[in-house]
Amino acid sequence: MTQRTERAGIAPARSRWPGLASIGLFLLPALVLYGVFVLIPIVQAAQFSLYKWNGLTPLTDFIGLANYQRALADPVFVKAVTHNALIIVLSLTTQIPFSLGIALLLNRRFPGRAIFRLLFFAPYVIAEVIAGVVWRLILQPGGLAEGGLNVVGLDSLYQPWLADPDTVLWALFVIISWKYFGFHMIILLAGLQGIPRELEEAAAIDGASRRQAIRYVTLPLLGPTIRVSVFLSIIGALQLFDLVWVTTGGGPADASNTMASYLVDRGFERFQLGYGSAISVILFVIALFVALAYQHFVMRRDLDGALTGAG
Amino acid sequence: MATETKALVSERAVSQRVAATGGWILRWIVLIVLAGLIVIPVAYAALGGFKNNFQLSLNPIALPDPWITSNYTDVLASESFWQQLRNSVLIATVTAVTVVAFAALAAFVFARRSFPGREVVFTLFTLGFLFPSAVAILPLFVLVRTLGLLDHPLGIALPQAAFALPLTIIILRPFFRSIPVELEDAAAIDGCGAFGFFWRILLPLARPALATVAVLAVVTSWNAFLLPLVILSDQANWTLPLGLTNFSTQYSSDTARILAYTTLSLIPALVFYLLAERQLVSGLTGGSVKG
Repeated sequence: MTQRTERAGIAPARSRWPGLASIGLFLLPALVLYGVFVLIPIVQAAQFSLYKWNGLTPLTDFIGLANYQRALADPVFVKAVTHNALIIVLSLTTQIPFSLGIALLLNRRFPGRAIFRLLFFAPYVIAEVIAGVVWRLILQPGGLAEGGLNVVGLDSLYQPWLADPDTVLWALFVIISWKYFGFHMIILLAGLQGIPRELEEAAAIDGASRRQAIRYVTLPLLGPTIRVSVFLSIIGALQLFDLVWVTTGGGPADASNTMASYLVDRGFERFQLGYGSAISVILFVIALFVALAYQHFVMRRDLDGALTGAG
Repeated sequence: MATETKALVSERAVSQRVAATGGWILRWIVLIVLAGLIVIPVAYAALGGFKNNFQLSLNPIALPDPWITSNYTDVLASESFWQQLRNSVLIATVTAVTVVAFAALAAFVFARRSFPGREVVFTLFTLGFLFPSAVAILPLFVLVRTLGLLDHPLGIALPQAAFALPLTIIILRPFFRSIPVELEDAAAIDGCGAFGFFWRILLPLARPALATVAVLAVVTSWNAFLLPLVILSDQANWTLPLGLTNFSTQYSSDTARILAYTTLSLIPALVFYLLAERQLVSGLTGGSVKG
């Protein structure tokens, strides 16, 4: 009773705290930083994309949508888009199921579990640049891959995968999986640990095998976490750059270009900032499409849940 | 009847235990093979740094014989490596401090104040999380150039902090919201203003969450490549990833030396990982952020 009176007494005091002005002050630093370095550049990319511009002269040579026409007509760019798409497909069909399998293995208490978890997640903190340099040296002729195959008498299997247009994307995908499967495993493991053990036990009592319990109880409940993993994987694959730049530079013969590496090559290496901006707008539109589809099919609370634990 | 059931049950228990042991061994085999695949590239780099190129080409999988330390000592004696390390530390620190400070202020009002348009502004921030940062890289370069921040640590740290805002705010908001309103009331009675409450009560209570977002920001900044590649041209300002890529092209035939350089630039990240793994995991999954 006393408490209630006290709280009622505070209400006016709280509203006396400077209202909107103080809210504005709290928001201002973040809004300015975000506006200047995120929002404005994205809008500017749209503006630059309508010009032919080398980044140095004044922005005067307006050419409408010609940059977009050029991009869509450039087989190198179209190929780069399909490379991103291939990485996405491979990630969703191979990497995430694999991560899920390992997460299921690690979801039980057993000796050594913590160490495996620590190990598998570790490559996530290794820079793509570092992973790229090491793997390039491993896969190059005379590197660890060839030497290792030699020792077991399988040297005929070796080829310089990163130097062959037919295999380079697959080799990159192996490196990507090496670096990121632990990240997905950690996310999925957290999701698994949010599922009450009782549910699987109940299924077992009802006569379900372990496999059936996973298929009909665990996986459906894990749905939101899996979708977050899928989404993060797609966004990651869309902006794949560091690894490509360091290992292959987009080659050989543009066979491993991604949208981002194409963008940087044209924009910075060849000083075509207008054209590069058109590429980034296309990348933006694709990401927007993915995000909207995600919102539509998956709802935002999934993302909130996995990233904040609120769900 | 009763004994029969009992026998049946115990038989089942035994067979389950056998199956469980079998599964346990199988699980261990799979996990150990996988652990090997994770460790081998790192071990190859670390051991390769102790070889010379002749040893490396002769047998890439053997242990060094003899162990050669000159690759490591050469790198450690080079001023450029330490310079890059300092640059990386400086940029990661400024990025993390900026993003945590700015995001905490914003997350506070998103979590604990209602005002018109709050959800719209919040959504505007979260949208940034959904877009590849490469989208903005060309205009960002032009902007940083206009601001005169090319080849300046702030030219990297400020854009990085800006791009880290969405995730940081998304993580901090529910945490700030979970702190009981009674605390704020009590603070108000004691004459604590909005900022006083934020500074003296909310932030100390939110320390685990702040540590989590700071760790995420540090790791992202430490590994960043595209932005430094575009903004930093003077060698004296390079970060470790830039230095490493350049080193690996400059000495492209000296594999052993590149491996030593790679290993040394990997060590800070791995040490940091061992110290902050918990924060990193909870930041990405929500574990301890929950409170």
